[in-house]
This record gives sequence, C-alpha cells and structure tokens, in this order.
Amino acid sequence: MEQLLTKAFAPTRLEVINDSAMHHGHAGDDGSGESHFTVVIESTAFEGQNRVNRQRMVNKALGDIPGDRVHALAIKAGVPGELG
Amino acid sequence: MGTSDRITSLVTDNDIVLFMKGVPQAPQCGFSAGVVKVLDALGVSYVGVNVLEDPFIREGIKEYSDWPTIPQLYVKGEFVGGCDIVREMYESGELQALVNTPEETG
Repeated sequence: MEQLLTKAFAPTRLEVINDSAMHHGHAGDDGSGESHFTVVIESTAFEGQNRVNRQRMVNKALGDIPGDRVHALAIKAGVPGELG
Repeated sequence: MGTSDRITSLVTDNDIVLFMKGVPQAPQCGFSAGVVKVLDALGVSYVGVNVLEDPFIREGIKEYSDWPTIPQLYVKGEFVGGCDIVREMYESGELQALVNTPEETG
C-alpha cells in the first residue's frame, strides 16, 4: 500500500497503520492479521479536492485492495500540514 | 423498478438516508456503528437501509455513488461520505449545518 500511495501522490506525509489486532476475532477478521488499516496521507495532490474526492483518489490508487484483501480501511487525507 | 431507480427514490423521498450493515439498533460493522452514533448525537431522524438484506442495493449503491464501501450517508439526495468523512464533518460542525439547512435554501 505504501508503494502504491507513494507512486500516486508523492505524499509529504504517509502513515499506514495496521489496526488488525484491535479487531481480532470480530466480523471481517480473516485471520491474516491484515484486515484493518488506517491510512494517514498528506499531499499537494489533494489541493482543491473535497473530502469525498480525496478518499475516492486514495481508493482508486489502491485498486482492489480495499474491500477485497482489506476489510476495513480508514482514510485521513489532506494537503501538507493539514492533518494534526 | 431497477436498483438505481430504487436508490434514487430512497435518497430523494427521505431527507437523511444511511446505507449500512445491520440496522441502526444493531449495526453489524464498526464503521456503520460509527455513523449511527454521530446521527444519534445529532438527534436527527433518518432512514437506515440494511444492505446485508439486499444484495442488489449492496452492490448498486457502490456504483451509484462511485464509492467502494459501506456505510454511505445521503442528505437531501446528495452523497455525503462514509464514516471518516461523517465524523470529520461532525467534529467541524459542517454536518450539523448540512442537516439543518432547509432544502429551499440549501
């Protein structure tokens, strides 16, 4: 995921956090240990885009990963310096 | 009626519609539960559509909004977003403004 996002957005900040352990044993946990992720990304590519478009951009860049290999993906996307 | 027509009438006949997994009283997914919590905190009435009970809606809603995930919140016929966006908009006060704007001026 880091590679895909770096390629697509040249982010100034990128964190991909694996939250799967927090959700162990409940719906969507497939036992792979890679079911739940949070992405924090800042890039100039998001300038002028509303929240919906920013998430669409991230989802598109990740292709079939969200919903297929990853059950749950939380996305925080902003322009550089926007996210706390 | 086709699936996309059904979705159109759902989101236009009702001011606030949440497509979710499970029902508002018993969400089946953490993200759906998150949006329910926000809507309950706002104290607004809304229609919950359980996509787990309707595979056509479950797939159709993703095409309808060009958005790959459930939950999806619609206000006054417009797609607002999923759980992350709804939470952010609630925290910033934008969601309160959106649901309280009369349709005529919105």
